[in-house]
Amino acid sequence: MRQLKDILVIDDEPMVTRVVVKVCSSEGMTIMPAHHAQEALQFLDRNEFRLILCDIMMPELSGFQFLEELSGRGIHTPVVMMTGYSTVENAVKSLTTTGCMDYIPKPFTADELVTVIQRCLRCSLLLNESESAGLPRSGALSHVPCPTNYYRLGYVSWALMESNGTAKIGVSDLFLKASEGAREFELSMPGEDLLQGIPCADMTSPDGSVHSIMCPLSGRILEVNEQAQTSPSLVEKDPYFRGWLYRILPSNPASDLQWLSL
Amino acid sequence: MINNNIGLKLTFGVVLTILVAIGIFAFFNIQSEKQSLLTEVERHANQLSEAVKSDTEYDMLHNDRERIHESIHRIGNQESIDRVRVFNKSGEIIYSSDTAEIGTMVDQNAESCHRCHSAGEPLGRLDQQERTRIFRPNAESPRLLGIINPIYNSPTCWTAACHAHPDTQTVLGVLDVTIPLTDVDRNIRRSQFAMVILAISAILILSAIVGFMVRWWIDRPIRELLTGIKHVAGGNLGYRVKVKSEDELGMLANSFNNMTDSLAEARLQLFQSDKLASLGRLAAGVAHEINNPLTAVLTNSSYLLKRSQAQPETREDLQVIVSETIRCREIVKSLLDFARQTVPKKRKADINEIISRAAKVIENQLSNRQVDLEMDLDTTLPKVTVDANQIQQVFINLMVNASDAIGENRGSIKITSKAINLSPDGVLQIKRALCRKRHDLVDRKIQIDGKPAISMRYRRKKKTGLIHLNPMYGSTEHKLNGMPDIDAEFELMCPDCSASLIADEEVCPKCESPIYAFEVPLKGLVNGCLKEGCGWHRWEQVDSAWNDEYVEVRVTDDGCGIPEEQLPKLFEPFATTKGQKGTGLGLAVTWGIIDNHNGTISVESEVGAGTTFIIRIPVGQ
Repeated sequence: MRQLKDILVIDDEPMVTRVVVKVCSSEGMTIMPAHHAQEALQFLDRNEFRLILCDIMMPELSGFQFLEELSGRGIHTPVVMMTGYSTVENAVKSLTTTGCMDYIPKPFTADELVTVIQRCLRCSLLLNESESAGLPRSGALSHVPCPTNYYRLGYVSWALMESNGTAKIGVSDLFLKASEGAREFELSMPGEDLLQGIPCADMTSPDGSVHSIMCPLSGRILEVNEQAQTSPSLVEKDPYFRGWLYRILPSNPASDLQWLSL
Repeated sequence: MINNNIGLKLTFGVVLTILVAIGIFAFFNIQSEKQSLLTEVERHANQLSEAVKSDTEYDMLHNDRERIHESIHRIGNQESIDRVRVFNKSGEIIYSSDTAEIGTMVDQNAESCHRCHSAGEPLGRLDQQERTRIFRPNAESPRLLGIINPIYNSPTCWTAACHAHPDTQTVLGVLDVTIPLTDVDRNIRRSQFAMVILAISAILILSAIVGFMVRWWIDRPIRELLTGIKHVAGGNLGYRVKVKSEDELGMLANSFNNMTDSLAEARLQLFQSDKLASLGRLAAGVAHEINNPLTAVLTNSSYLLKRSQAQPETREDLQVIVSETIRCREIVKSLLDFARQTVPKKRKADINEIISRAAKVIENQLSNRQVDLEMDLDTTLPKVTVDANQIQQVFINLMVNASDAIGENRGSIKITSKAINLSPDGVLQIKRALCRKRHDLVDRKIQIDGKPAISMRYRRKKKTGLIHLNPMYGSTEHKLNGMPDIDAEFELMCPDCSASLIADEEVCPKCESPIYAFEVPLKGLVNGCLKEGCGWHRWEQVDSAWNDEYVEVRVTDDGCGIPEEQLPKLFEPFATTKGQKGTGLGLAVTWGIIDNHNGTISVESEVGAGTTFIIRIPVGQ
């Protein structure tokens, strides 16, 4: 009988796995540590997990090679990448590769780790629910329809290319849902530069956890939606229209868009 | 060798031209002189011949042979005459100054007969030219000029008492006078010699002058330029070409100097950014290694912080661990950002708060070393848009440096903050100022407040002199040296080339006086009014880009100070003044952070007295 556990954590640094185990256990989650991808695959043969935390840079199999291995074996457990080398490429790849849900840059606090894990677990649940309701297991949710011409960065954020060359960006309904709503947004200033895959805003949930919203497009902020800042509930209610966050001037739309899904 | 030297080529070309011109001139001159001397001798011989003829005519009519003999002999024996003879139509010599040949026959092919008889048929009449001949009887003898004078038959001859000639004869005989050309030839040789000497000396003198001018005006400046180019190619960008002339080569040298100055400036910046880039790559490599241990520290400490509800002391300590580890994370992140050239994560923040936070971090370290920290913060400071973590890092850096400078002795660090209004006036130093012909007006020999001044020459009516402007933009502390009033007759010009420095078609908007104008390379025109008490000035590119509200923070210590020679290199990576103690990265990172915030960082220091770092960050962003 395969045992169902909450988390599988894979990292070649025992110090990291130890502290992750400690934090997750104290939150009441069941967790198993693995120190390389092969060991993790052995665990996966015997157990079932709700979420996998995986380091990107590991000897032998890297995090992304491990992902391929998973999909080859037909395992659909969502994966959260961890990395001490948080380049834009790693971030974007983590958010857009099939089977991979999110990423968390090292080093992180216990709260940050728990926030990401819980958000991803909820997200996974929501996706399972919508799947069982007969909807495709991808991207957005059913209750707030995401318009078809919106580009999405994983389950996190969206970008809408406007006819005048600017783009609006915002947070997706699934991310809002998985974070259990927004109490407050901390946004950047007009004139600042944003990078795809790097946090562009911090969202505080009603429970006080802080979620970083990864930016879908690189560019310079032209306008900030004041309404999103003054009434965060607006973003929750209407994330795709009145709840946009920034209007930006994309700096490299052609190469950025190929990572995004419509 | 001539192929390698443009001066030699030019000199050679000009000398060749002079040689050909003078050669042609000398040749024709000698020819014409020769001709005129010969013509003169010919005329003289002809006159002589006519004189002999008329002298003997009477005696011939009277057939007085003795007198004729005597006359011919007398005349023919004169020094300037070679010989005089008369021969009859059949060629028999009747009279001659050389008595030995009387009665002999003249060969029809002889010089004297040749003229008339060369055509086979004897000629009746000959003009003077045809009667003259120049010949040399043998190789050793001098040249001779002979003139034949035919004695024509006339009524007096055939009616004369002797009846020697019938009236059917046309020519009775020929008077042949021969004179030596010794003197003439000597004169010709002398004048030929003089002409050759003249031509040679003219060629030599002209060549010397041309050679000297080419050397002075072309060869020397080109050599100097070449030396400059070699120096610059070898990497010595401080070399300046010393060509003072106003011509194209002078302008070329000036442009060359300007180019190397710009190049030196660009290289310095490139050097700095290159070093910072390699620093970034290094940081990126190190970041990954540091982040794993940091994860253990941060996650553990934050986990402990969450759990240790009961003990406030422990909580406080843990809080410091967590927040400092987060700061480490931000530093590593910012180094990674630096490696990929991104901008800091800026938010509105209170600089005083950041200073207090920074002070808290190193409080313990300072009190352990008996260093007092004094803060004089302006509470009305406007908020600035900065990356708080980066700016905090800057202050911590500066305070650690200050405490290192104080060393083992007791000392104090003072931090002051205040809002200031900065205009570019008195802050920006004009380091290069070009006239229309691109001469640099900045005169390193004249200094105002220790900085090289901008020199200009004025002229009004007959009064002229030099003035020196303060190179700090906007300053009115000039050295005007009794300059006259500025009016329509007032002129201002470049001391090197006298090009006008008065702006065209524009006057001071404040007092309507003429204004000066010069160019700062790559940074546009600077205008200003020199009228007493006006002080109007404009530097469009700078004025428009300048933001005048700043927050200024000064970090002052009373430590050992920094030697003057180390100041220019202070912000370069790996330029530590702490020997083995420092990495040499702190101030480079600091510089990069402040630069990313469009701020400025400067340093004032005196060895033994202490150092002040001044940071200015623009408010309105």
